[in-house]
Amino acid sequence: MADLPDKHKRKSRYTADRNVPGAFEGETVTRRTFMTGGALAYGGIASAMFGLPALGFALGPMFERSAPETWQDVGGEDDFNPETYVPVVMSLVPSIGEAGKTTVYIRRFDPGRDAERNSDLPYVAISTRCAHLGCPVRYIQASQRFVCPCHGGVYDFEGKVDGGPPVRPLDRFYTRVRNGRVQVGDRFSVNSELERFPHPRDPSNHLDGLWQYLYPARPST
Amino acid sequence: MSLVPKFLRAAPPRPAERDGAAPTPLERAKHNGAEAGAGVLGYLDERTGASPFLRGFLFRKVPKGTNWFYTLGSATMFAFVSQAVTGVFLAMYYEPDPTRAYTSAAHITNEVFLGELVRGMHRWGATVMIVLLFLHMGRTFVFGAYKYPRELNWVIGVVLTVLTLMMGLTGYLLPFDQRSFWATVVGVNINASGPIMGPYLADFMRGGAEFGATTLTRFYALHMLLIPGLIAALIGAHLYLVAKLGTTAPPWMKAEKKSLQREEI
Repeated sequence: MADLPDKHKRKSRYTADRNVPGAFEGETVTRRTFMTGGALAYGGIASAMFGLPALGFALGPMFERSAPETWQDVGGEDDFNPETYVPVVMSLVPSIGEAGKTTVYIRRFDPGRDAERNSDLPYVAISTRCAHLGCPVRYIQASQRFVCPCHGGVYDFEGKVDGGPPVRPLDRFYTRVRNGRVQVGDRFSVNSELERFPHPRDPSNHLDGLWQYLYPARPST
Repeated sequence: MSLVPKFLRAAPPRPAERDGAAPTPLERAKHNGAEAGAGVLGYLDERTGASPFLRGFLFRKVPKGTNWFYTLGSATMFAFVSQAVTGVFLAMYYEPDPTRAYTSAAHITNEVFLGELVRGMHRWGATVMIVLLFLHMGRTFVFGAYKYPRELNWVIGVVLTVLTLMMGLTGYLLPFDQRSFWATVVGVNINASGPIMGPYLADFMRGGAEFGATTLTRFYALHMLLIPGLIAALIGAHLYLVAKLGTTAPPWMKAEKKSLQREEI
């Protein structure tokens, strides 16, 4: 029994003890293993050198602010009133022509109706981007409601959800008055209490209760 | 000295033929033609060693009961090849620029010779490919062909299904009419509805927070370069496993075999 090899005996970590040809004194890694590892490491470094920049190139827009702050003139102060919305076409993404334009519904701020919320903005500018999946809503004066053609989302006069699948009120835009002209700025999102979220969220993203933590603000907005 | 390389020249007459009567011109032509063909194929085969592989791949045994349903996979692949070919030629006229995409697509349909046909084949071929793919998937499922040892091929097939649907999503934007634009807006926002990662995925697809200048070029690059490359590579793996593992007999063939065994007892 004594001359049977012990299966559980650990091999020596020194190549000299393992009878590797050409072993050096104190060598633990064979030259074959070292060369294999070196070739794999060089290949990995070379692949990463073109792979990582290419990946960053493709993913970059996720991490940089892509919508610069702009103010666009949409008309004189007399063009708008507190009772009804006036549709205005403005350009969200100027570089892509017609596809970058959107309609915005604008009315004057009404202290009686609009109470405390967003009272620093002299005009209420409602985005037509439905908060369900982004189809364009239209305002219907007869019912004083915004209606979405795609999946039946309905919003009241203030843009709060009145029915259908939308998860939050319609987005709004910042407004200001300069030299008697009304200007429309960046988009912001609001929750069901019309509290302002400066980083606009995508449609379908909840902004109420615990749900809002599942849809954090992104670097791109 | 002849300019024809040695492997293309007719072989010298065999000793037995040399002694007999001179061959007629027809016989000589037949002989030379056959030798030339064998020469070219033999040249290639000697240098690639492809014939054992091709013989195993093309002339493999199939189980009893193999029927027309087993052609659905090949039909799907043919649809993919047809999409690839028509897509390459559409890319010669199409311009992936938000202000020019619609006019270039209209130019293909209305002015380019056979443009309406090629664009139509690509447009309808997309639907045909999806239909064939799901019929093929249904055949595999109903016949139980996804079971051991072919589970991995089922998984590859599912990935191919997802990639094909992604082709549908990315290709839908390219005509850049009202329908494509709004369908893409809605499609991207459906991705954005996923918690935590969803909005980031939507930003990746759009190349920013809004549908912008890079959205169309991104969809175009995914549609014509990235996804087709992945599909072609995975079809290769799919076919390799089919050739390696063979196909399954229809389930009713197995039932017949069992009844036969019982009779023998």
